[in-house]
Amino acid sequence: MIRPIATTREMTGMPTGRLAVWWLIASEIVIFGGVLGSYLMHRIGHKEWAAASEHTNTWAGAFNTLVLLTSSLSAVLAHNAALRKDGKRAAKLLWATIGGGGIFLVVKSIEWTTEIQHGYTITANNFWSFYYTAAGLHGLHVIAGMIVMMFVAADAAKGKELQRVENAGLYWHFVDLVWIFLFPLLYIAK
Amino acid sequence: MSAAAHAEHDHAHGHAHHDEGFIQKYLWSTDHKMIAMQYLFTGIAMALVGGFTVYAFRMQLAFPGMPVPGYGRVTATDYNALVTTHGSVMVFWVAMPVLIAALGNYLIPLMIGCDDMVFPRLNRLSYQLFLLSAIVLMASFYVPGGAFGGAWTSYPPLSAKAEYNLTGLGSSMWLFAVALEFAAFLLGGINFITTVMNSRAPGMKMFDVPIVVWMIIIASILFMASVGPLIAGAVMLMFDQQLGTGFFDPAKGGDPVLWQHLFWFFGHPEVYVVLLPAMGIVAEIITVFSRKKLFAYKTVLYTAIGTGVLSFFVWAHHQFIAGIDPRMANVFSVTTLLISIPVAEMVFVYIGTLYGGSIRLTTPMLWALAFIAEFLLGGVTGIFLGASGADIYFHDTYFVIAHFHYTFFPIAFIGSFAAITYWFPKMFGRMMSETWGKVHFWGTIIPFNLIFIPLFLLGARGDHRRIYDYRHFPDLMKAGMQDLRILATLALLVLLAFQVVFLVNLFHSIFRGEKAAANPWNANTLEWQAPSPPPHGNFPQGLPNVYRGPYEYSHPDRAEDYWPQTEPEAAKS
Repeated sequence: MIRPIATTREMTGMPTGRLAVWWLIASEIVIFGGVLGSYLMHRIGHKEWAAASEHTNTWAGAFNTLVLLTSSLSAVLAHNAALRKDGKRAAKLLWATIGGGGIFLVVKSIEWTTEIQHGYTITANNFWSFYYTAAGLHGLHVIAGMIVMMFVAADAAKGKELQRVENAGLYWHFVDLVWIFLFPLLYIAK
Repeated sequence: MSAAAHAEHDHAHGHAHHDEGFIQKYLWSTDHKMIAMQYLFTGIAMALVGGFTVYAFRMQLAFPGMPVPGYGRVTATDYNALVTTHGSVMVFWVAMPVLIAALGNYLIPLMIGCDDMVFPRLNRLSYQLFLLSAIVLMASFYVPGGAFGGAWTSYPPLSAKAEYNLTGLGSSMWLFAVALEFAAFLLGGINFITTVMNSRAPGMKMFDVPIVVWMIIIASILFMASVGPLIAGAVMLMFDQQLGTGFFDPAKGGDPVLWQHLFWFFGHPEVYVVLLPAMGIVAEIITVFSRKKLFAYKTVLYTAIGTGVLSFFVWAHHQFIAGIDPRMANVFSVTTLLISIPVAEMVFVYIGTLYGGSIRLTTPMLWALAFIAEFLLGGVTGIFLGASGADIYFHDTYFVIAHFHYTFFPIAFIGSFAAITYWFPKMFGRMMSETWGKVHFWGTIIPFNLIFIPLFLLGARGDHRRIYDYRHFPDLMKAGMQDLRILATLALLVLLAFQVVFLVNLFHSIFRGEKAAANPWNANTLEWQAPSPPPHGNFPQGLPNVYRGPYEYSHPDRAEDYWPQTEPEAAKS
């Protein structure tokens, strides 16, 4: 397929790809807003959920927060390398970010396995239902971000489509930011 | 800019040669016009499904217990599934694809003067997801238990538990189809918004964009900003159905009213998501056929934005009888009455456009005028329902059904017929028959009113909706109430029969209609500067530049009564 002229125009001054990622993020904000809004409404009405949330593994959550923040740092460095047209370095840094996403998912699986073994399943009570739903939805976004970055990194290594490094990074920061909201609300709040 | 213009010139040659096979051309195309046609014809096919379901259940209401020709006996479970499917299909699989997706796809690149959407492959993917969602919905009729029967609003606990709704798999398939469809329109919306923001023709400033494009964009933003919570809610409801969680189950500490909030937080803006494009279509048509500049372009735009913003603060008027706090009901009554102001203003502006114009009563113009008149009735009756006091009486009666259809039928059908008859020459390069168009128009408008005026009367007399067989309710069979039901059903049969006229006219004109010129209506907007039908790449003579707004009709300095947006100032003579 030939790229249409429409794609090359920039009337707003912002490249089309980046503009679209911002709109994508806008639509994702309302999706997570819906989950978190519903959770907060329930949480305020159910003081007893504080007892349930004590069984979450705050240290694992904190470690994962650190991992995600670090992976966002490498995404920024990748963008920086892409700006210098250093596709190879950008690709390497993107792979570091993907690795961060991988560690996040591994820690998450261990956490969930332990919790499920202790009987805290998705149907245990509504706190755990929200816990698995919100974190699960976030986890799907982590996986999606990793897959996207694999494609972007493969192109970037050949010096192609370097503008996509920034777009993938934008999305990754958003995924990171969602976790920044989820972590205190699900793990810390008493 | 000059470098970009040069690049554009190089690209333009890329579109010259296209020899594609059938699949490549009709099913796997990335051309926005072909994707628009896919949405349009899928929408028409789904409208037939929606029409058939309403035929079956209206027959049951008018002639309870009698076998319906072409369907057989309608059981209570069938009735629920038919009503649910009618509602869901008409809103999500007819109005949305035709008004937003088909028209947005067809018109946006042509009207802003570029060759395609900014993401053509994403566009193709959106359609494929949409098609898949339609297939999933239709397939749910054939699973054990049959199609979902918990109404298009899918309130839990009825929708959440298989032991209540008896359609365990059907309800989850319904939910999955709806979620898939939302994903398709989210992707489509991102494409629309980005295209209009970034890819307008050189010279096309914000206020040179035709109103219909603005309306589709505002609608896409509304959709995007409102649908998120319902997507989240759909995931939660799916878990309730399939995993046994208790998000909406009071027995497990959940809250069924939460679903109503999530649904209507989307559901009310959704009304404006489909209304605004229809309003935009009407704006295009009434300016062309009254040969007059659109009265108060910016007012239309600002009222549309105002409507959009307000539409996020009215949702709980659907829940006045759901046990929400009466103080909340006051607030939502006020916002609901407020939102009628910008909508009424838009209608006044359109009447202002018509005033003093040289009106030509072509078929599209008839549809546009009918839209204004009929939608006005729907809007005015909405005020009764927005006031929480009156709503408590009216809410579970046919008054709501009649009000809803007086807004939605004009939007989904009158608006779509206006658009199809107006842009048909561009889409297919031929003219539709005016005579048969007018026969279809009167054959639709008259029975439409004969269906829903009786329902208003029934509703005012307290006729409860959601009833399968009125013979079990002697209070609702009193003096003439059944006669009104029969009248509505007979009018529906007439209306459905006249749609055959439309379909024959449509398909006959596609293949046998009179050849259309590039600009048969002498209109200003850019799509009429392209050939009819436009080839892949849209503007073979080179992408246009824009010199003025879209509504310069009957300009005093010009011999012709129209002034295309592409014509440079120097060509004035």
